Amino acid sequence: MADVALTPTQSCWAGARRALPIVLGYVPIGFAYGVLAGKSGLSGGNTLLMSLIVFAGSAQFIAVGLLAAGTGPAAIILTTFIVNLRHMLMAASLSPYLNGWSKRGLALFSSQLTDETFALHSSGARRLEVCPLEALALNFTAQSSWVAGTLLGVIACGLIGDVKPFGLDYALAAMFIGLLVSQCENRFRVITALFAGGLATLFFLAGWHQLYIILAAVLGATFGLVVQRWTRG
Amino acid sequence: MDQGLIFWTIVGMGVVTYLPRLLPILFLSGRNLHPLIIAWLRLVPPAVLAAMLMPSLLVRESGRIEPGFDNLFLWAALITFTVAWKWQSLFATVLVGMALVALGRALGWGD
Repeated sequence: MADVALTPTQSCWAGARRALPIVLGYVPIGFAYGVLAGKSGLSGGNTLLMSLIVFAGSAQFIAVGLLAAGTGPAAIILTTFIVNLRHMLMAASLSPYLNGWSKRGLALFSSQLTDETFALHSSGARRLEVCPLEALALNFTAQSSWVAGTLLGVIACGLIGDVKPFGLDYALAAMFIGLLVSQCENRFRVITALFAGGLATLFFLAGWHQLYIILAAVLGATFGLVVQRWTRG
Repeated sequence: MDQGLIFWTIVGMGVVTYLPRLLPILFLSGRNLHPLIIAWLRLVPPAVLAAMLMPSLLVRESGRIEPGFDNLFLWAALITFTVAWKWQSLFATVLVGMALVALGRALGWGD
């Protein structure tokens, strides 16, 4: 490895800096979540608690919607489980790079694994092997911004009617676009993405609103692998 | 629902979210995986990202595919993709995407 060794402080800064694009997306989305949760009748404490111990954007929005609709705890927990099952795939795909890590480090790292931190880690996967501290700092910065955004939303809940005029509801999609482009470094990955995206759209239209992501991702990656093996012989 | 019950619901959500994040990492790291599995796992990131992104752009409130001029998210995405590809900056991509949608709405385009 040709990397110059960084001091712990430098590693933390490097991780925080890499998390900046996520911060830009998380503050407004966390804000929107905070506002929505307040309007749906969650107390400020419970709204913050969810951002602290669940920390999964889409599941939090879905749960707030279900709570507002009067859905019971068991159905909400089951839905959360299914919606977040995709993290299993992400965790598995990062695991080859986490060989030298301590058990405690892994426990901490995985608690802050989201779509966005995953995408950043997988486009710089070598950094995971080189510097666990940098990865943990990246995660910590990301979650801090999510909690900070939530807190702002809780405070502003009474003042704000709609987040749409600011384009805040597009932050997530824009972030996925940027991350996807950084992932598409060869044609097999482009084929995989197009196939998985097309399948996900079909599954979503078919009404599989909880499972479409994980199903499309598994089939898409498998299809991409088959094409890759086939073409390269 | 009362806030005490909501509290326990959130604790349950936390548990069922944490386990799928933790267990694969705990069991798979430090093991030598078959090259074919590694090759498959490497394709998971673009597959997951595209699976989350594409339906959110194509399927709007109507619940049908909306490829038309009215779909602000889709048109904004075309420009955002170009920005992401040309500039290679996640920060700029997110800013431009949000600005495009805000601008589109200010001009009365889409909802």
